Amino acid sequence: MDVDVEPTRQLVRLRGRSYLAFVFSPVVPIMEWLEDIDATLQRSPGFFVGKPVVLDLSTVDLSGSAIAHLVMSLEKRSIRVLGIEGCEAARLTANMPPLLTGGRHAPIQQVEPEKPEVKPPPSSLLLDAPVRSGQSIVFPDGDVTVVGSVGSGAEIVAGGSIHVYGTLRGRAMAGVNGNASARIYCHKMEAELLAIDGYYQTAEEIPDGLRDRPVQALLDGNVMRITPLS
Amino acid sequence: MAKVLVVTSGKGGVGKTTTTAAIGAALAQNGKKVVVVDFDVGLRNLDLVMGAERRVVFDLINVVQGVAKLPQALIRDKRLENLWLLPASQTRDKDALTEDGIGRVIAELRETFDWIICDSPAGIERGATLAMRFADEAIIVTNPEVSSVRDSDRIIGMLDAKTVRAEKGERVEKHILITRYDPARASRGEMLSIEDVMEILATPLLGIVPESQDVLRASNVGTPVTLNNPSSSPARAYLDATRRLLGESVDMTVPADKVGLMNRLLGRRAA
Repeated sequence: MDVDVEPTRQLVRLRGRSYLAFVFSPVVPIMEWLEDIDATLQRSPGFFVGKPVVLDLSTVDLSGSAIAHLVMSLEKRSIRVLGIEGCEAARLTANMPPLLTGGRHAPIQQVEPEKPEVKPPPSSLLLDAPVRSGQSIVFPDGDVTVVGSVGSGAEIVAGGSIHVYGTLRGRAMAGVNGNASARIYCHKMEAELLAIDGYYQTAEEIPDGLRDRPVQALLDGNVMRITPLS
Repeated sequence: MAKVLVVTSGKGGVGKTTTTAAIGAALAQNGKKVVVVDFDVGLRNLDLVMGAERRVVFDLINVVQGVAKLPQALIRDKRLENLWLLPASQTRDKDALTEDGIGRVIAELRETFDWIICDSPAGIERGATLAMRFADEAIIVTNPEVSSVRDSDRIIGMLDAKTVRAEKGERVEKHILITRYDPARASRGEMLSIEDVMEILATPLLGIVPESQDVLRASNVGTPVTLNNPSSSPARAYLDATRRLLGESVDMTVPADKVGLMNRLLGRRAA
């Protein structure tokens, strides 16, 4: 005798759960409000991605098509609307987010979106090739080191010190951001101009005895001292 | 594989056109198929030095603008059958050159020639930058004196920045060619020494071409100096430079002061 066993039906269990959602309350003119959203997204891109968003339309009077258009505009900005409250049910069609009621105010913990790891800016620049005439190397963030010569008509502008392991024939301007303790070093001095923190000396004022030898230049008060290194 | 070689300098009047013609002819004599291209729009000289000034019908600008096809503009040399010239326009100026147009012309030349030598105009404006734009190798022509050396340094900086190769992260192979070297003046300290020039430019030396009357004689008869008088000192220097360009290792000879035998015997100084 066969026994017909009916498979037990799993009843679809409906349970209730409450979630915290962001509420957007658009104001007229809608275009300006959307521009504000864009400005926020520029500052923190992806802030609303993955976050549940509810549209509160109680303060504006939008037609069904205007609501549909607004939902689409937000979708384009990767903001997915979970539900709509504060408007007549008749205005919402079946393919729009559902009407929500009974929302309660709840505090939101501001979670800053994870900032991508920013490497600290490098504080020294290394150039492995000679600096050619007409080239301008500007590095306000720190020291500049050149392994090679600096050609006549080239310039190096550094926020820190300048080190030239070769012949310095161009201009060297160190300590440009007000760093009076910056120095200029070179293997062979034939510079056209030296400057530290704005105080400069042209080639004419540099004594001949210092030419063609390893030299350092430093600022002593408001006087530039250029001394041989060997 | 075709090679695009630019002959440039920055400074004017140092010997770019002379070098283009001399090395172009020497490469052609070596069996390569060579085209020399004049980029000095409005002030063309390569056609004069090559002796082709009476046969110019179409020029580089015509080809760039699509008015003529490349084979219509190319002029074959009468003495060497695998040496060709693409002249510049004399009536237009540099503004008629476009990067796209030049790119197309160079690409088309690469299909048929072994060596494409671009004779750059002086300066750092559009004519010079377009002449170097598509180069694989460069010869920087320098006179051993301060202005020329500084300008050459500038051009070397531009070769490392403004060429297609540099923008892709590859290198343009650079060579220095010292021209108009006068040994008497060098020994008197009136000209920079070879060592001084090389210390400032820090780029391999391709050759040293001495100052010579033969260069003017050759350009007056419209013949590259290596064809006109191959045994003259500039011609020999250019032939050595060409061999080095092709990868041969040739000892560098510094042109010496020409002191006649009698003068040496009698202790007289050369004039």
